[in-house]
Amino acid sequence: MSQPLLQVQNLHKRFGAVPVLQGISFDLQPHETLALIGPSGSGKSTCLRCINFLERPDSGRILLEGEAIGEIVSKDSGQASAPAPRWMTDRQLAPQRLRMGMVFQHFYLWPHLSVRDNVALAPIKAQRVPRREAEALADEMLDKVQLLHKAKEFPERLSGGQQQRVAIARVLAQRPKLLLLDEPTSALDPELVGEVLGVIQALAREGTAMVLVTHEIGFAREVADRVIFMDRGLLVEQGPAKAVMDAPKTARLSQFLGQVLTPTGQG
Amino acid sequence: MDAVSLIERVMKLAPVLLGGVRVALLIALGAFVLAMLLGTALALLRTFSHSRSLQLAMAAYTEWHRNVPGIAHLFILYFGLPAIGIKLPAVAAAIIGLGLIGAASVGEILAAGLRSLPAGQREAALAVGLTPWQAIYLVLLPQAVRIVLPNFGNYACQLLKDTSIASAIAAPEIMFFARNLVTATFDTTLIYLLVIALYAALLLPVGLGFVWMGKRWGVAR
Repeated sequence: MSQPLLQVQNLHKRFGAVPVLQGISFDLQPHETLALIGPSGSGKSTCLRCINFLERPDSGRILLEGEAIGEIVSKDSGQASAPAPRWMTDRQLAPQRLRMGMVFQHFYLWPHLSVRDNVALAPIKAQRVPRREAEALADEMLDKVQLLHKAKEFPERLSGGQQQRVAIARVLAQRPKLLLLDEPTSALDPELVGEVLGVIQALAREGTAMVLVTHEIGFAREVADRVIFMDRGLLVEQGPAKAVMDAPKTARLSQFLGQVLTPTGQG
Repeated sequence: MDAVSLIERVMKLAPVLLGGVRVALLIALGAFVLAMLLGTALALLRTFSHSRSLQLAMAAYTEWHRNVPGIAHLFILYFGLPAIGIKLPAVAAAIIGLGLIGAASVGEILAAGLRSLPAGQREAALAVGLTPWQAIYLVLLPQAVRIVLPNFGNYACQLLKDTSIASAIAAPEIMFFARNLVTATFDTTLIYLLVIALYAALLLPVGLGFVWMGKRWGVAR
């Protein structure tokens, strides 16, 4: 198999005395959709935030296309001896983060900018794309999430679902190698969840590589190629989405699925 | 004390007081610009610096300026600095003094605005590949300023009123001329009534200006 797009290797993270990640490792192939599921506090969001270093892992490595994220490569130490790596500053991380798009639970659109400017800002400022070109790109991405007609509006005038679709357009305008989605529908009213899931599903069908942290178990089963079940900072079970979820091997996962899947078969 | 003599007295006093308007506005504007620049730097350091000693220094600066009367600062700048060979003109001392005091206020106001933003606003900016500095001036500062615009309005009005203490170091502003007139004419009540009217006439547009800006750019619509 070709080189994985993303390699997560032995991530450890503590918040104070609480171990949040206790050695998480997995790979993501190009064009693959991976869902991270698990109960609240299982560490899945922290794991996702470690991938683009919004959260700094205590130890472990992230490799994107073989390149270590957030590590300052020291010339003298080689690599096999593996001393404690020196982490990059946020400034040094900027070009690496540009290659990963992050969608947040609470959207975090910038309220002082129009929808179009929200999408065009990163291309203009981080990639030095000329404004006119960046705006054309923004419009293209807004069209993709079917919100081109809202380009001149300000975020506060949009519904939650629309805001999250703009947030997705914003990360697509980065032309990222990889999308990181952190519970993208958890803050939405139930009737708005569908439109956002629809956009994510379309991206998955196009072969966009993504890591999706979600509570929408049914959606994860439907859309993800692979699923990882985490609990208490440990990777408990992983495999092809349908296989894992239809026939869980661990008691912990079947218990979790039993809790989240209601008798009416919702999701 | 008829109407004619009242008008005559006003016509005689008002032009003298108006002579102080230019200097009052100059002091206010100079101090405002200084306070804004320095205050923004203070707010950014207080909000984003990880250095403990820097944080302490900022806090000390703010507390000092909040707790020492403005007039004492002006006295130190105007009467104290010459002792070490620095002699400032009265207007310059007033601009620097009020500007340094104002920086503490502006810094506190803006820091509160920055603190009120969700952490995700900064994270979203970093996640799209902006540098921390770009995140601050493209994403965080514009939002914080919108939030605290009314507080800036209050500060600007307070500052314009506080230019009157510059009269104590003989900066030729409104109150300075008023006190001279009082000594010369003993028409105390009328002079200070005119002073009040003059400050009100200057302050009203400032206040209204900030209300207008608040409607245009502010958060509450």
